[in-house]
Amino acid sequence: MASLARLKVGKPGTGRVIGDRFFGRAVRIYLPLLALLVVTLFPFYWMAVTSFKSASELFDFSVSPLWVREPTLDWYQHLFTQTNFPHWAFNTAVVATVSTLISLFCSVLAGYSLARLRYRGADSIGWGIFVTYLVPPTLLFLPLTFVIRELHLFNNLWSLILTYPTFLIPFCTWMLMGFFKGIPRELEEAALVDGATRIQAMLRIAIPLALPGILAAALFAFTLSWNEFLYSLIFMNDSLVKTIPVGVTQELIHGDEFFWGELMAAALLGSVPVAVLYSFFVDHFVAGMTAGAVKG
Amino acid sequence: MASVTYEHVTKKFSAETTAVDDLSLAIRDTEFMVLVGPSGCGKSTALRMLAGLEEITAGEIKIDDEVVNKMAPRDRDVAMVFQSYALYPHMSVYDNMAFGLKMRGSPRTEIESRVKEAGRILRLDKLLIRKPRQLSGGQRQRVALGRAIVRHPRVFLLDEPLSNLDAMLRVQTRIELQKMHQRLGTTFIYVTHDQVEAMTMGDRIAVMKDGLLQQVAPPREIYDQPANMYVASFIGSPRMNFLPVTISDHQAKASGFELSLPKAPGVARGILGIRPEHFLPTVSGDDAIMDLKVEVLEVLGADQYLYGKVGSDDVIARVDPQLKVSVGDLVRLGINMGRLHLFNAETEKAVF
Repeated sequence: MASLARLKVGKPGTGRVIGDRFFGRAVRIYLPLLALLVVTLFPFYWMAVTSFKSASELFDFSVSPLWVREPTLDWYQHLFTQTNFPHWAFNTAVVATVSTLISLFCSVLAGYSLARLRYRGADSIGWGIFVTYLVPPTLLFLPLTFVIRELHLFNNLWSLILTYPTFLIPFCTWMLMGFFKGIPRELEEAALVDGATRIQAMLRIAIPLALPGILAAALFAFTLSWNEFLYSLIFMNDSLVKTIPVGVTQELIHGDEFFWGELMAAALLGSVPVAVLYSFFVDHFVAGMTAGAVKG
Repeated sequence: MASVTYEHVTKKFSAETTAVDDLSLAIRDTEFMVLVGPSGCGKSTALRMLAGLEEITAGEIKIDDEVVNKMAPRDRDVAMVFQSYALYPHMSVYDNMAFGLKMRGSPRTEIESRVKEAGRILRLDKLLIRKPRQLSGGQRQRVALGRAIVRHPRVFLLDEPLSNLDAMLRVQTRIELQKMHQRLGTTFIYVTHDQVEAMTMGDRIAVMKDGLLQQVAPPREIYDQPANMYVASFIGSPRMNFLPVTISDHQAKASGFELSLPKAPGVARGILGIRPEHFLPTVSGDDAIMDLKVEVLEVLGADQYLYGKVGSDDVIARVDPQLKVSVGDLVRLGINMGRLHLFNAETEKAVF
């Protein structure tokens, strides 16, 4: 009897008409999604299209600007042979990678300790870190400039590698603290009773389980330092040590003269690594963003 | 194999909250000791202090004759099974069970043979490569047990290990745990809020309430001679009837009946305790009696329970299921004087 009753009850929602469902989904989900995609992707499209146009086509207003008639790689060639773009790209990659690694190392330890260890002042330290994050770089750059000058680090990549963690560490710590708090305390307690030290419990249990969160934090940190503008603008004056955002805006625009082809090519190339990283880690990233929402 | 001793152990989480209050308890080698009580009574905290997961505010805990207060959990050589099982979700069943041995640096061959052995005992041999999320609740529970037994610890600590299982599986696992205890011959300390688990499994039971130890005794003694009203009400189902009485010399007068006590208790106000199962099946001339006005009937096949009032007091009685009773009837119940309890109304402690 019970099994018979169970047979009759289908999955919820299967009773509806197929066509109706498809149309409903299209209107409710895909249409708004499409609109959003168009809005967000259009600048990228514009960038890409412009970067492949020849100089004559670029300023020919008699044709539609939305596509290319004769694609050319001239601007890319210019960018790599006649500007310091390769240096900027290298600098950006080094600075973003190293400062991300430094920040992650500190934030994993800080986040773990704030989430797990009971010590005097843990709460106030947690809030202190959060407040630090709220201080805008537009204020912080003044004292930091002083520090960098005292350390004689102007025009040195270390100036950025050392200053980026000032906003990355608070951000990542706060984020990772949440992740570590989401891991049941009992798992590590079981490890401690099983014979692990606190450090072993952290390395073998907590960190592997927080990996989605750590990856998400890494991605954010990398993106933030890749795109960072203000500190880079202030600390780096020599063309060879600039990062992409500063190099591009300072050296591909002279007064009111815009080198549109190179600008667009550089902007496109500058956004590629971040896009690649995101798509590479998208599964982990999404898992990280939604961790704790449902029980895995 | 080891004995465990709590000596005046106190745990305060803050100035106001005392989780465990001056607990003194000696657990013998190879004993199956059950700590039982309602949630928040301090039983889990007592266990966690022994495991080294909570600091001890005052007093001493000894394993054998060694004070372990300041010892790291890993050095105490105890194994713990958590209520949530606390399986490592990113490790296979095999790695979950091998973790403790790996941390202790056991040789690989020994780890393998011990894990395989535990897997066989717990019928997990075919599941060793699975991850915890691919297991049923009962299987997870067995992995948690396996993780504890592979280590051959001195003491087993079990913190409500059955409460996440469904009723059928719980009974089955209860029996398996008892067998395991017999086979391993290790000291077990078992925390539960379930009186049936306590009664069926424990060599001795320690009843706790509000951080205070109420009574430690073998199950039968806990049932037959509860030390106070709390223990009397906690063990036994349905719970013991409590009837306030005023006493002069031998005579005890309740709201609905009077009886002559076997001896003068020396208190003026008492509480009579009668378990629902301790009314006499038949009433003869000189038995003490009470008349129960039936309000609710429960027929369970093997038993029949009557819920009603005697005078102004609520009374539950278990009677012969063949007895024809209907709601509103007045049923005469004989009181088994040998099974009667009397508590001091002021202190709630047992007089007899």
